[in-house]
Amino acid sequence: MNVLSQCWAVLAKDILLDLRGSSRLTAVLFFAMMTLLLFSFGSEPDPESMRRHAAGYLWLALLLSSVLALGESFRSEVEDEALEGLRLLPVDPRALFYGKALSNTLFLLVLATILLPLSLGLYGAEVRGSLTSLIGFIILGTAGLAAPGCLYAAMTSQARGQDVLLPLLLFPLVVPVLIACVKGTGLCLSGDAMGQASSLLSVVATFDLVYWSVCGLLFGKVIDE
Amino acid sequence: MAIKAPALQAENLARGYGDRWALSGLNLELAQGRSLLLAGANGAGKTTTLRLLATTLQPSEGSLRVFGVDSRHDPMTVRRHIALLTHRTQLYNELTASENLQVSARLMGLRRDSNRIPALLERVGLSSRSNDRARSFSAGMRKRLAFARLLLQDPQIILLDEPYGQLDPEGFVFVDNLVAQLLEEGRTLVLSTHLLERASSMLDSGLLLCAGRMAWVGPAKDLPTAFAATVSS
Amino acid sequence: MKTRFHKEHIIGALGLAMLSYGSWMGLFVVPPMSHFQEVGRIFFIHVPTAWNSLLVLTGSFILAVGVLINRRAGWDAALTASVEVGVLYTVMLLVQGSIWARPTFNTWWTWDPRLLTAAILLVAFAGVLSLRSFAEGRDRRMVWTAAATIVAYVDVPIVYFIVNWLPRGIHQPHSFPSTVSSDYHTALRLNAFAMLFIAIWFIARRTRVILLQDAGTAMSAPPPAETGSDGKPMVAGVEG
Repeated sequence: MNVLSQCWAVLAKDILLDLRGSSRLTAVLFFAMMTLLLFSFGSEPDPESMRRHAAGYLWLALLLSSVLALGESFRSEVEDEALEGLRLLPVDPRALFYGKALSNTLFLLVLATILLPLSLGLYGAEVRGSLTSLIGFIILGTAGLAAPGCLYAAMTSQARGQDVLLPLLLFPLVVPVLIACVKGTGLCLSGDAMGQASSLLSVVATFDLVYWSVCGLLFGKVIDE
Repeated sequence: MAIKAPALQAENLARGYGDRWALSGLNLELAQGRSLLLAGANGAGKTTTLRLLATTLQPSEGSLRVFGVDSRHDPMTVRRHIALLTHRTQLYNELTASENLQVSARLMGLRRDSNRIPALLERVGLSSRSNDRARSFSAGMRKRLAFARLLLQDPQIILLDEPYGQLDPEGFVFVDNLVAQLLEEGRTLVLSTHLLERASSMLDSGLLLCAGRMAWVGPAKDLPTAFAATVSS
Repeated sequence: MKTRFHKEHIIGALGLAMLSYGSWMGLFVVPPMSHFQEVGRIFFIHVPTAWNSLLVLTGSFILAVGVLINRRAGWDAALTASVEVGVLYTVMLLVQGSIWARPTFNTWWTWDPRLLTAAILLVAFAGVLSLRSFAEGRDRRMVWTAAATIVAYVDVPIVYFIVNWLPRGIHQPHSFPSTVSSDYHTALRLNAFAMLFIAIWFIARRTRVILLQDAGTAMSAPPPAETGSDGKPMVAGVEG
């Protein structure tokens, strides 16, 4: 039973749980939609400024939603001490981490796929630049939120004050992802005259590489008792 | 002739929480195929002991060897041999009974379409509820499902933390039969319970804990008397 | 009870002395520099604070890796102390920067790479300290603090790199004209080492306090195994 197949099994389990109790996706989706609306209420109703900020609003909505999604993802593990059961099977902690990180990335991807056209419509933006790069930012960006998010969610789901700790820990950490993806997405929407998108993509890719490895290494130690 | 390593070997095992020792000075040597009855008042350290033996809890002091393998050096190998049944049933509430077992089977590398699962559900008396979500189960049913998962794991060493808890009299008989069968199959068993009279006749050795310390060891059949003696003193 | 004299006081005293002298030099001795007004002299404490806050946080990263390897309480206490001092220095850094910016550029804050990095650093490491206070159990607290420190620290270069993508701020670039008096270099170096010594002093003091606090709630060694009637230690599972 190797790490890879266990990882797939954890991912499959999470997907099954999500399909089964479909409330997580719909609840987070409506939260994200409300956030997008709130952003538009919170700034001037000037079409030009809204269009310019569309990328920022989208990624902020994704960021805030990710905290809810991650919290819920680990709640089902901690509810009945299922996580401890998994460790005992035994499931390799790395498989556990990567399985959960992948399932949360997938969740955020689904969310982003719905939110993107929504925010384009809401803020009057359109994709004038590279669609491929845009997809790249969405995939790499959600992955960048999911990996450290899973590490921290595993900790905070077992601590008191979890609702405030998770965003407090996660947000400063994912600032590079936020900045690069907002700027990059913005370029993909407004047209990337100077071809900067690819270097921004490599920043996010670097972040992902670093954090998917570091968090994977630390996860096992962090869930031990 | 090589002497086979004991199934469980603990030396001076201890675990502290904050400023108190939940368990200290535990010495244990259980050969394969033998069983141990673990008794003590609430808070004496029974659950801590079982969790330490299962390696879900890290010891503060001491060592644990499972079939000769040090649990700190190679926890993954050790865990393959051990299954633990706890108060919390470690189930996924949104999945059905059948699906919970399928998830475990997949994670253990067993073929998902093995027909062991219906047979196991039959054995624990849940086949009529196999497609119901665990959320709808009573405490007793959840425990039966946890037993099914334990049997699915098919481990050499079985640790049962108050297996009779939350079961009705019919459930008691179910556990009795299960324990008897597991022992017959030559597995190593550690069982903690308050139902000393019931369990002492089935098991080999006994250990009485008191406030996190070993208070008495001896044959399991003598344990009820020993316990009564500590209560009256 | 005779109170012991702790050696770190020597370092601390030295640091304070150097800081006083270096600051005096920076305030009064060094001739005014072409770019700045007088308030620019805060440079002589601002730059050393910046260097040292990063140095201290680097130290905490190393300690965090060490804690994960050897799980010693002393390392954990030193780790916590250095994160605290790192956070303190970062706060000081941001305050000093604001004091400088206000009369110079007529603003308390600006969207500038270095300021942003410092602010994010502050929140990230303050978060590590928050996590510590919410973790239950000594071992868990130790491991979580170390893990969170590593994760936060690894972020620092990435954050710095990415905020440089944003439009250039008004923060001063590194380079300065080479035709300055030697007093300038002396004052700067003096204060840099001074802040380092003071940091070491703070960290040492805090480490001692944390260890004492933990010792108050620490467990003594567990009593040895019980012996049976034959005088030998009891072993369960053998009889029966």
